[in-house]
Amino acid sequence: MNLFKRSGLVVALLLASGQAWSAEVQVAVAANFSKPLEVLATAFKASSGHELNMSAGASGKLYAQIENGAPFEVFLSADSKTPQKLVEAQLAVAESQFTYALGKLVLWSSTQDYIDPQGEVLKKQEFKHLAIANPQTAPYGAAAVEALDHLGLKKSLESKLVQGENISQTYDFVSTGNAELGFVAWSQVAQEGVLKAGSVWQIPEDLYTPIQQDAVLLLKGKDNKAAQAFLDFLKTPQAQQLITKAGYGLAKPH
Amino acid sequence: MLGAEDWTAIFLSLKLAGLTTVLLLLIAIPLAWHLAQTQGWWKTPLNALVALPLVLPPTVLGFYLLILLGPKGWIGQMMQAVGLETLPFSFNGLLLASMLYSLPFVVQPIQAVFSSFDKRLLEAAMTLGAHPLDAFLTVVLPLSKQGFLTATVLGFAHTIGEFGVVLMIGGNISGETRVVSVQLYNHVEAMNYQAAHGLAALLVLFSFAVLLSLYYLNRGK
Repeated sequence: MNLFKRSGLVVALLLASGQAWSAEVQVAVAANFSKPLEVLATAFKASSGHELNMSAGASGKLYAQIENGAPFEVFLSADSKTPQKLVEAQLAVAESQFTYALGKLVLWSSTQDYIDPQGEVLKKQEFKHLAIANPQTAPYGAAAVEALDHLGLKKSLESKLVQGENISQTYDFVSTGNAELGFVAWSQVAQEGVLKAGSVWQIPEDLYTPIQQDAVLLLKGKDNKAAQAFLDFLKTPQAQQLITKAGYGLAKPH
Repeated sequence: MLGAEDWTAIFLSLKLAGLTTVLLLLIAIPLAWHLAQTQGWWKTPLNALVALPLVLPPTVLGFYLLILLGPKGWIGQMMQAVGLETLPFSFNGLLLASMLYSLPFVVQPIQAVFSSFDKRLLEAAMTLGAHPLDAFLTVVLPLSKQGFLTATVLGFAHTIGEFGVVLMIGGNISGETRVVSVQLYNHVEAMNYQAAHGLAALLVLFSFAVLLSLYYLNRGK
């Protein structure tokens, strides 16, 4: 009995020391990817034991925070430009940059049948507010403006545009009905590849530059093995399956 | 240093703060008088209610306004039922939000002078035949000048500094909801630090001048 107790203690100690081997990683994530990242974090913890803490925001804002010393170790951007800029500013490790997901832009309304499958609703303009993310800071906002430009509607719709600070707020504007429709990420409105509610038009991919979402290892995370482990984890088939399920495309392997 | 968009934002902020202050003064005078005079059980809860925006995060206010004023909220639905436009993303929406947000800054200084007002003066005026409203306008108001000045300055300045609520219900529309604090935020977000510096410095100067004049005004007391 005594021996049993003692071996139990040893096991507990071993477990505790095993816990001490696991580390934490601070991830800055573009607002559109915050939900999928929660799922990925759970899977990452299960497979590696490492904890993941995340801060979500517009990519541009996160850049400014990183530039000013924010304690982030990995950055999951909504574009490839911002990580590139971090590398150029020597705030990120160049060879670590890779595309973890391809974003899909959609026009969404929380009302059923409001948006037709061809997006004719944009031309009829029978709405008061069209929500987009701030095109200066949010890549999905820039893609939305590009798509409107290609459709020849940029000028005529200008007075109806309302801007969310990032793609999450843009989603909020539309989901609360304050804007009848808006450009959001497919991943925000879909679950397992199916639209959750409302109506949607998948923007044809020739109307905007592909939203290549890149990850990069930040200088602050260079010596954190959990940071490297997470970037490796993102490339595993398990993670890629979760990313596709969340409504993203994957970059073609080179 | 400041671009055309910056000036649009500055004028918008001035217009918003000016209108908010005038409207709030109109509401605050009867409200503050009531709070200073009443002995009813509702005095304390009402005081707490008026002070609520002092401690509430602006995001709480912004969130409720976005939900309630939108086409799916009951206020928004009522407004639509009587043929009015819904308020989010509009100047009028910001005006309503600012009035809630700056309410305690206008009510409390006025309430303070009303509370310390010597009631016998009012009674004397009425014994001399003045109508109560007349007595209020000619006796109470002139003697409460200090409180009004403080209320006006604080209400105006506090509205100029409003940010969180506007960010949540404004939609960043030039000339309509893009006030100076939001414009500054946009500059920072877009990494136009040069432009951000101009506006930020202006706001620092403005706030300092406001407080300075307030302290000078109150020194004479």
